Amino acid sequence: MPQHGDSDSRSAVDILIASDRVPANARPDLLTEDDIWALLEEVKDPEVPAVSVVELGIVRAVRWDGKELSIDVTPTYSGCPATELIEELITEALRAAGFRDPKINQVLTPAWTTDWITDEGKEKLRAFGIAPPEGSSSKLSLLGEPDVIACPHCGSKDTERVSEFGSTACKALYRCKECLEPFDYFKCI
Amino acid sequence: MTQAEALQEYLLRLADSDMILSQRLCELCGKAPALEEEMALMNVALDLVGQARNWYEYAAELIDDGRDADKLAFRRDTQDYRNLLLTEQPNEDYAVTMGRQFFFDVWHYFTLKSLTESSDERIAGIASKALKEATYHLRRSSEWVKRLGDGTEESHRRMQDAVDILWRFTGELITPDDTDRVMAEAGIGPDPDQLANDWRGMVTEVLTQATLTPGAEDAWMYMGGKHGEHTEHLGFILAEMQFLQRAYPDATTW
Repeated sequence: MPQHGDSDSRSAVDILIASDRVPANARPDLLTEDDIWALLEEVKDPEVPAVSVVELGIVRAVRWDGKELSIDVTPTYSGCPATELIEELITEALRAAGFRDPKINQVLTPAWTTDWITDEGKEKLRAFGIAPPEGSSSKLSLLGEPDVIACPHCGSKDTERVSEFGSTACKALYRCKECLEPFDYFKCI
Repeated sequence: MTQAEALQEYLLRLADSDMILSQRLCELCGKAPALEEEMALMNVALDLVGQARNWYEYAAELIDDGRDADKLAFRRDTQDYRNLLLTEQPNEDYAVTMGRQFFFDVWHYFTLKSLTESSDERIAGIASKALKEATYHLRRSSEWVKRLGDGTEESHRRMQDAVDILWRFTGELITPDDTDRVMAEAGIGPDPDQLANDWRGMVTEVLTQATLTPGAEDAWMYMGGKHGEHTEHLGFILAEMQFLQRAYPDATTW
């Protein structure tokens, strides 16, 4: 995951605020790859708006190919219905920053894994009420027992799985036996 | 059969099997036995339709006759469909629904696992994505088979009935034909013997834990799905699934 430098003159937020009226003097060609990453930090996942598409690890690469900007995006799940919407939101954010025709490539390999969710993203998920993925996807056993999942509300480890799937394909449904609240768990894949 | 022909055929089998099983699962939307189960079934269906789309898109590029993924899915008739017969069997009770899922998931898991090492990079990419999902499906369906099989007298009886009803459609999963063999020889598809061994091994293991008896290895098997010869169910599935696209062909907005 690249480190995002501080953008000195204009922050990504400022660029977005100007979204519906792109200034005639917008010079997207002056933005560095770091600037673009910062800009994409403002694009939220439509189904989990607490985290950005960068924090979720969906944006895989930002490249200047000569004068053309190219962004690689990977879907979380094969059938994730938000995939096209996310591509549109990214395109929209880039247009707002003055890009006429940003190129968005969908890449399948390497396949997305929850290991790519940033630590900051995991904390934001927890604060939003979604238990972040536990452990590493490479250590999952085929028919093994899942890890202990802590309740994102009260922190108790006395929780039970209610359903293998939750409100979206990327989540499972749990219930805390301590505070009795149901919660979504972001499955480790 | 050339390798190019076999590849198109093979991709349609993968796509159609995902698509038809997905459609079957979607029939339970609004009437699954419990809300949590409904969410799970619909999410599995969603994974499958997403995978189907990836396979159809690749198939459409290779077939290259102007049809896109949607046209392959919604404008072909039963004799052109190449799905496994197992996937078109009706939901019946929940034991049959989960039994069908389990037999399919074991096949799907080992097939995809092998395809991640396919000499065709596009296939390997789609498979490595799909494998993560199929692994999760298999974990879930095998838990259900054990829970129902090793549950009450009633659930055991029903789960054993489901195994007996569905067994005749499982031979097709692990019996290779020319297409499968051409794919295996090209390093594109799985080794048929390995696939059959893996499938039998895991099915036996889970059914044994579930206190269930598998069918006989030499039982008579229904086959033909991979060649477009289907059971009576597929026509009804397609009639419902393709109605809109056939009633309003080439509509640009719905």
